[in-house]
Amino acid sequence: MHINGARAIIESFKKEGVELIFGYPGGAVLTLYDEIYKTKFPHILTRHEQGAVHAADGYARATGKVGVCIATSGPGATNLITGIATANIDSIPLVCITGQVATPFIGKDSFQEADVCGITSPITKHNYLVRHAKDLPRVLKEAFFIARTGRPGPVVIDVAKDAFAAKIDYVYPDKVKLRGYSGDYPCNEADIDKAVALLQKAQKPVIFAGGGIVSSSTYKSLRKLAASIDIPITSTLMGLGCADPDSSGFLGMAGMHGSYAANMAIMGCDLLLGIGVRFDDRVTGIVSQFAPHASIVHFDIDHAEINKNVNVNLSVVGDLQQSLPLFLQKLAPYTDSIKKNCQAWYKHVVKLKQEHPFSYKEDPEHILAQEAISKISTLAGHDTIVATDVGQHQMWAAQFFKIYTPRNFITSGGLGTMGYGLPAAMGAKLGAPAKTVLLFSGDGSIMMNCQEMATIADYNIDIKIIVIHNSVLGMVTQWQRMFYGKRYSHSLFKSKADIVKIAQAMGIKGYRLEKKDELETLLPKILHEQGPVLIDIIVPEVQDVLPMVPGGKRLDEMVMEGEA
Amino acid sequence: MKHALSVLVNNQPGVLLRVVSMFSRRAFNIDSLSVGITESPKYSRITIFFSGEVHIVDQMIKQLGKIPDVAAVQLHKPEDAVYRGMTLIKVKSSANNRLDILKIAELFRARVIDVQATTLIFEITGQDEKVLAFTRLLDPYGILEIIRTGQIALERGEQTITSNKKKNSFYGKNML
Ligand SMILES: Cc1ncc(C[n+]2csc(CCOP(=O)(O)OP(=O)(O)O)c2C)c(N)n1
Repeated sequence: MHINGARAIIESFKKEGVELIFGYPGGAVLTLYDEIYKTKFPHILTRHEQGAVHAADGYARATGKVGVCIATSGPGATNLITGIATANIDSIPLVCITGQVATPFIGKDSFQEADVCGITSPITKHNYLVRHAKDLPRVLKEAFFIARTGRPGPVVIDVAKDAFAAKIDYVYPDKVKLRGYSGDYPCNEADIDKAVALLQKAQKPVIFAGGGIVSSSTYKSLRKLAASIDIPITSTLMGLGCADPDSSGFLGMAGMHGSYAANMAIMGCDLLLGIGVRFDDRVTGIVSQFAPHASIVHFDIDHAEINKNVNVNLSVVGDLQQSLPLFLQKLAPYTDSIKKNCQAWYKHVVKLKQEHPFSYKEDPEHILAQEAISKISTLAGHDTIVATDVGQHQMWAAQFFKIYTPRNFITSGGLGTMGYGLPAAMGAKLGAPAKTVLLFSGDGSIMMNCQEMATIADYNIDIKIIVIHNSVLGMVTQWQRMFYGKRYSHSLFKSKADIVKIAQAMGIKGYRLEKKDELETLLPKILHEQGPVLIDIIVPEVQDVLPMVPGGKRLDEMVMEGEA
Repeated sequence: MKHALSVLVNNQPGVLLRVVSMFSRRAFNIDSLSVGITESPKYSRITIFFSGEVHIVDQMIKQLGKIPDVAAVQLHKPEDAVYRGMTLIKVKSSANNRLDILKIAELFRARVIDVQATTLIFEITGQDEKVLAFTRLLDPYGILEIIRTGQIALERGEQTITSNKKKNSFYGKNML
């Protein structure tokens, strides 16, 4: 095939099984857009490049495939940065194609020139600057391979404008040849034997499950493991959905806003099996006091995670797809004896869970966020995707919405990116059209990327946008209330922007719920409407997410009751 | 603690930035840095001398190993490796004192590489202490400029950075 570089990119997309891309055109990528036009390659035009990259990320999280987005040079590319960093820290596979000025103009501060490789180096798994069209097939092959294998992550390909136009004889390589990366992560059997031995000696074990289980699709092994020996499971924010939320041994999320039982189990356990986790500071509390009585075993694909934040007693480095089934198999002869050893502990922890569920004080007059989220959780089917923005509503969604399977909870965990939710929900729905997709956002977060409502209307993307409207930057006010003497510096909105009208103006139906009984009368009907809908739920300003482990405290030093 | 690290990288633009930013991000001070060709045109080799706590060094080696363009990483132990770096020193000298200065240089096995009516330039390699002692003795004559290359390090014996890598390739990373 004698084709230009742009067409070579499209052909490579097809070879990689890409079904849909997100993007926004501009000068440097016009040749690429011309080929998209000619080939009718499925493409979603967002209203902002940040929307495109978060949508590709949401698509990737919902499907497990590589998300793809396109932006032009300079400002187009820099608008991707927040989205790339969001994907990078949560290990989400993306391939981002950015246009670069034509080769003779590189390095001359040309119109719309930015050093994209320089800017994205610290926030990508890998990146490329392509000056010659002949390099495109190899680079695309490598980029998809690097993005999806091992610990997934975003890869940026910055393509000079003239490389899109130059003609090449296109041959897509069938193998990658990388000298510094193999994508193969076998585990060491001897380490697994040691882990089995540790579990045989344990009396108070806990599983601490993270996003690695989602990305490796190993939640079934995890559930089998937990069930075979009655071992309680807690998870990180990123690991929600890995454990069955209705199983008696699932303690809920751990960490700063984790459940009482989960945090106490971590503090009391004598063996902690950390699986696909990275011991983020939001989840460990003061790190020197994390699981202080436990031997810690760390299963992870990335050996750089071992001993990074928490020193562990044993590491099982390798792909969970290999290590978890092997662990189960080697454990099988001992399950009964382990179960017996750990019975008392299991009962104790389950009792803690029953005595201290996530809770809130009912308000006779107002709808509370927690109440609305719980209600929607009971109304929604098990296979609903929940996306969130960032703030109190995000934590309440994690606490009160039951997530039954991995890839159904889509949230910016590591970066905490406000404005992530709406475009991510949009991408998730496009990736998993058969599923119901809900978004929980705040009145702060929704405004960062509310322009994507227009995209949602354009393509009639059926998501239900639920804005938990407290008229404040809730999570910020909570910290100011607790740690800054209630000095609400720039966290209270003065104007009352009408979010329902914003939705309507962009072509989406909008409803407002204010009265408590409307949760029963109106909400179910609205949720069952066809097509995209925004529901603005008015809640009180002052509410705290609880429990809370203040920064620098141990996980068992939770604040259980707030002022609100 | 001081450490010497060799990093074998694909000969491509952008790799040096990725490697060096690993250090700056963790607020490690790089004492010296040197980049150059190797026995294979495919690779460049970066040698970095830096200070930092041992457990962070371990973390650093793993993070460096994850960069797709990094083919191998090796931490050198002083007893198993040879280190070299070169220093050029420009010192004032006149016909009166030139012989005195050259005598000192001879003691230190420093080579004269430029002689002008009023200046001399010396080249000296070797340990920090030796260079320091030499500069101290030259100081009274008036040192005009000192410049040092980054140090480079090589393992003694048949062990090479690539054989080191094969041992670590267990985790499936960085196989050569
Ligand atoms: C892009 C960005 N800017 C600032 C923050 C800091 N921040 C964290 S939560 C929060 C408040 C979020 O307010 P809202 O979306 O209304 O949610 P609420 O907490 O009220 O539920 C802010 C400002 C952030 N996480 N992301």
